[in-house]
Amino acid sequence: MNTASLVPAQQAMTRTPGTLAAIRALLRRELLLAWRRRADALFPVLYALIVVSLFPFALGPEDALLARISGGVLLVTVLLAMLPSLESLFRGDLEDGSLEQMLLAPQPLPLLVLVRVFAHWTTTTLPLIVVMPLLAVLLRLPAQVLPVLIVALLLATPLLALLGAILSALTAGTRRSAILLALMLLPLAVPVVIFAAGAVAAAQSGLPYLAPLLWLAAALILALVLAPFASASALRIAAET
Amino acid sequence: MKIIPLWLHKLSSPPVFYRFAGALRPWFLWSALILAAVALYGGLVLAPADYQQGDAYRIIFIHVPCAWMGLFAYFCMAVAALIAMVWRIKLAEVVAMECAPIGAAFTLITLVTGSLWGKPMWGTWWTWDARLTSELVLLFLYLGVIGLFNAIEDRRRAARAASLLALVGIVNLPIVHYSVIWWNTLHQGQTVRLLGPSKIAPAMLWPLLLMALATHLYFFASLLARSRVGLLALEGGKDWARALIGEKAHA
Amino acid sequence: MSISLPASADPILEVQRLAFARNDEPVFGPLDFALDRGETLLVEGDNGSGKTTLLRVLAGLLPASGGEIRLGGEPLDHGAHRGRMVFLGHQPGMKGDLSPCENLVFLSGLYGTREGTDIQSALEQVDLAIYADTPLRLLSAGQKKRAALARLALLPGELWLLDEPYANLDRRGIEMVNTLVAAHGARGGATLLTSHGAVRFADPHARHVRLELAA
Repeated sequence: MNTASLVPAQQAMTRTPGTLAAIRALLRRELLLAWRRRADALFPVLYALIVVSLFPFALGPEDALLARISGGVLLVTVLLAMLPSLESLFRGDLEDGSLEQMLLAPQPLPLLVLVRVFAHWTTTTLPLIVVMPLLAVLLRLPAQVLPVLIVALLLATPLLALLGAILSALTAGTRRSAILLALMLLPLAVPVVIFAAGAVAAAQSGLPYLAPLLWLAAALILALVLAPFASASALRIAAET
Repeated sequence: MKIIPLWLHKLSSPPVFYRFAGALRPWFLWSALILAAVALYGGLVLAPADYQQGDAYRIIFIHVPCAWMGLFAYFCMAVAALIAMVWRIKLAEVVAMECAPIGAAFTLITLVTGSLWGKPMWGTWWTWDARLTSELVLLFLYLGVIGLFNAIEDRRRAARAASLLALVGIVNLPIVHYSVIWWNTLHQGQTVRLLGPSKIAPAMLWPLLLMALATHLYFFASLLARSRVGLLALEGGKDWARALIGEKAHA
Repeated sequence: MSISLPASADPILEVQRLAFARNDEPVFGPLDFALDRGETLLVEGDNGSGKTTLLRVLAGLLPASGGEIRLGGEPLDHGAHRGRMVFLGHQPGMKGDLSPCENLVFLSGLYGTREGTDIQSALEQVDLAIYADTPLRLLSAGQKKRAALARLALLPGELWLLDEPYANLDRRGIEMVNTLVAAHGARGGATLLTSHGAVRFADPHARHVRLELAA
């Protein structure tokens, strides 16, 4: 500590707020921002409702057919609904200078990124999962599959949000960032979808479904640890304009 | 032992690398072509027909080495990417970015030859099993790296961003490699082993390994050539590059 | 009998041979200067002379191509030293959907508050008390700038790096900035600010440095 070298007349320096206080401040800001733009937060839900309603019209309302494909359709719908908001995750911060302030904050950047992604997931994707029972009914998903689908989504969507955060940070400020993000995210999302859909399909056939869910959980834990560091690195690169 | 870092440091200087790579490339290229010719002769002409698949199996001499190269190129790209991100060495940035198109090409050839082989063997051009899907994901990762690199104006910042993407995608490599062991797939299991006996006839093995060596040599030849071009593109305004063009103009 | 400290007893910022190049094109440098506690340094230069880049390099947003930076005698380690600087860039660095008050609440949650101040007094110092609860995007350019400047009145930090703090401000706004900077200097802090126009300075002792484009 530099206390010995401080000139007596110098301003007294308040201790930097603890990490928990900083997390609370960031979380409060993110939730406040989401509330101010709550119409935007409802877009994924609206989108999912539209897509899900169109499928019976496109395929015919035959219940057996809908029940067979509903698990996969719901998964893909959630994934696609996440894309637009992921693309603009860091773009606003880059444009108004908040990104620089985050980079200069005394708290570790990976932690701040993790909190941001968590807040983003809570405000944009969690409502989707809450509405899932309604969507499941619309597509005739068998009742015993719904809990498995919800668990799969609770594991898969944060994983995708974390991956999407890295890619969003990498493409922030580039031209055609939406296309680039989709191009990069979808192949990474393929294994996630495979496991999630595998669990749902197994549950639908009455087979054991735990293994794919555990794989998803393992991947999620890995992402929780590594993705914030990768995103922080990407953000530093993005700010070097 | 200190000689090696000094030599490497000298080598990472663009003009030095330019000449070094230029001198080395023909050796790699010609040995690659000669070995490939020998390997293909061995594989297409000398090796006996497979008892199950007949002559259709011979596409293996292109398919498998290209598959190995797709993974190897990604590994090289990741190593160069790591060096580029940690030490910000210009040469590493260039090499990392130039690995991507080569790796993408090898992966594409793998997928196409695999598809051509699959139709007579499995009755289908494509199936979504673990091996094929992860290989396709590998291709998309390459395309993503190339796309991101081309989307950012500042060449060095672009290289670093794309390098980060390459490093993030490296989790796919073990998935591709072990996919046939971890899952029940339509694709056949591991037949060639690094340590231990391989489950393949010797007459078929040596052309395969020789072709693998040839593709490795070709990869390095291509990488050296592309890196020279990449360095020139990056350093075009510098004195050494101008002097080079001056030389060629008067030659 | 008073003990006076020698002028350069404890420079808060020392810069030696600092240079920055983009795509191998030199942007500025090599630069050598030192900033003492209580001092204000004005970096002048035309548009494109590298002033903003210099500030961003000092703040740690860009890596220097060469040279050394020392903060308080120690080599600058942006990880450990982050809380000791306040950086004001071209953009407000605040969220348009939130009010100045809410933005300051967030910033103080990350950086802390300087002893003796609070958000209300900070807003009063920049004359934004009436608009404390208006979303930032509804304010004028000058008001947005003053909101951004409010952080100077609130956040702790020995070294202030201000990029074009006078932009978008009227005469009163300019005086307000000078007051803030002078108070900061009296407290023992130091300020490095850039400007491309002729600016009246409150502190006649402020040093001026003209930054020329690198050769």
